Amino acid sequence: MNNIKKAFENGKAFIAFITCGDPDLETTAAAVRAAVENGADLIELGIPFSDPTAEGPVIQGANLRALKGGITTDKIFAFVKELRRDVKAPMVFMTYVNVVFSYGAERFISTCREIGIDGLILPDLPFEEKEEFQPLCTEYGVDLISLIAPTSENRIAMIAREAEGFLYIVSSLGVTGTRTEIKTDLVSIIEVVRQTTDIPCAIGFGISTPEQARKMADISDGVIVGSAIIKLLEKYGRNAPEHIGAYVKSMKDAITY
Amino acid sequence: MTNTNGRFGIHGGQYIPETLMNAVIELEEAYNHYKNDPGFNRELSELFNEYAGRPSRLYYAAKMTQDLGGAKIYLKREDLNHTGSHKINNVLGQALLAKKMGKKRLIAETGAGQHGVATATAAALMGMECVVFMGEEDTLRQALNVYRMRLLGAEVVPVKTGTATLKDAVSEALREWTSRISDTHYCLGSVMGPHPFPVIVRDFQAVISREIREQLQEKEGRLPDAVIACVGGGSNAMGSFYHFIKDEGVRLIGCEAAGRGIDTFETAATIATGKPGIFHGMKSYFCQDKYGQIAPVYSISAGLDYPGIGPEHAYLHDIGRAEYVPVTDEEAVNAFEYLSKTEGIIPAIESAHAIAHTMKIAPAMDKDKIIVVTISGRGDKDCAAIARYRGEDIYE
Repeated sequence: MNNIKKAFENGKAFIAFITCGDPDLETTAAAVRAAVENGADLIELGIPFSDPTAEGPVIQGANLRALKGGITTDKIFAFVKELRRDVKAPMVFMTYVNVVFSYGAERFISTCREIGIDGLILPDLPFEEKEEFQPLCTEYGVDLISLIAPTSENRIAMIAREAEGFLYIVSSLGVTGTRTEIKTDLVSIIEVVRQTTDIPCAIGFGISTPEQARKMADISDGVIVGSAIIKLLEKYGRNAPEHIGAYVKSMKDAITY
Repeated sequence: MTNTNGRFGIHGGQYIPETLMNAVIELEEAYNHYKNDPGFNRELSELFNEYAGRPSRLYYAAKMTQDLGGAKIYLKREDLNHTGSHKINNVLGQALLAKKMGKKRLIAETGAGQHGVATATAAALMGMECVVFMGEEDTLRQALNVYRMRLLGAEVVPVKTGTATLKDAVSEALREWTSRISDTHYCLGSVMGPHPFPVIVRDFQAVISREIREQLQEKEGRLPDAVIACVGGGSNAMGSFYHFIKDEGVRLIGCEAAGRGIDTFETAATIATGKPGIFHGMKSYFCQDKYGQIAPVYSISAGLDYPGIGPEHAYLHDIGRAEYVPVTDEEAVNAFEYLSKTEGIIPAIESAHAIAHTMKIAPAMDKDKIIVVTISGRGDKDCAAIARYRGEDIYE
């Protein structure tokens, strides 16, 4: 039943992050379709939050642009329902815990199920606090995606043991955003994960070039790219989807071997 | 009051990125070790007494009492502490703890600049690096404090994101901490954020209520009838309340910044206008819209201009142990001027919110009742802004 698994059945997975409503939902829909048509295996849809504390300037900007445009959780739910009519690729939401909590956790998570969202990434929900949402996610069949950070050390096995969907391996300290170099010993982190579970591991934070994607895919099951795609939206606005398509193709090609 | 995982009823918790989890766990372990360490406590007491000038005075405000014609009013003079506010209590504690943990660098958020100045001061004293994040809007409102921090050797980073005020400074400090953990301690300034910060900050600020108890016992031989303090995140209020929580006969009153009024959008009164939420690492009450987007709050006081409140306050509100009341800009400015003229004490505009509420309730109370009001800081920093509020063209 787990749709997310399918994202990892086509070689190394390319996961694209797109903020809903930046600059408007028509553009988001076109961007998602362009990404999927050009090889994206999973789409991470960002629900904007006013104060995204885990994001760097690029994704912060996307959140603010979208909110300024009047985007709301309800509009995004209606949008995803529509999008699901033709987009079959696995899709997850990425947002902050207050967006879920204030909507009513059960109402939010059951709606995810209804509209065809396969998982939920909440960067400000660590292992210790997930009990508040995990039972609802289990009940409605929405995977609650766990994150592992460069500082997780003794926590890796504990997190991996209860992970579902895929494991989001945070490549670097700090917030989201492109980086010239990734220094974390990710091989050792994934080794520890592998001793515990065979759930797919995807690496995110700081990946923007095909060379980086190739390097990261070599040691994991997939790569997650956000800021580099958002930069295209920032630069080209409503004309961004075709650029996103070309970019996704270059990235997926780089990790297909 | 604390349950496991730092809960106060349903409030509190640790809603932070995985990257920070080991840092807060390490902090909690270090704190639990040092809080019972006689050497640490001796050092901290010495810093409090010899450096910060504690104990702070409990001053009988005779003229104010006579003028209002009701309850006897005592002022807890945290404004007389070194650096001019209660913030130094928490900062000395955390800086000493950070030093014991082997950290070499302190980062902090600041609103009015009082916490930033206190952190920069402790960093200078202990030979640590210091970076303070301050909303750009606040760097303009509190330009003198920006200079003070730089003078003390700190770097001040103006935060331009969001509303460019205190909440954005907290967000930016959290982001900075995520990028540099091993040598850096985040010296959080209020009883907020992820566990263990609300407990640590409360414990270091609890010196305020411990002293009030002893001093009032000496002067009056009894407990106060009410303790009043202003609340943004709520550190001076929590410190003022803490040792009275078990004494049900003592009314605990927190004064929130209502800005232009709680029926307007220009307010920062969290208990009056907020609802439960999860933000900046904690579950508590927050000013937010129906989709959980954090509201752009407003107050004349940069130190109370925050959309949330510490989780222990949220809990004290839930169980009805403390009362939280809104006080407008106009009432606070009137109180600022009133205390200056009546007692010759210029309070911080934050503290003036507590004075304003005292002015409302004291006249109706019997003369044998006692109110203690915490003057959390001194008002020199606010003079130019208040003059401008009154239409005088003064700049620092």
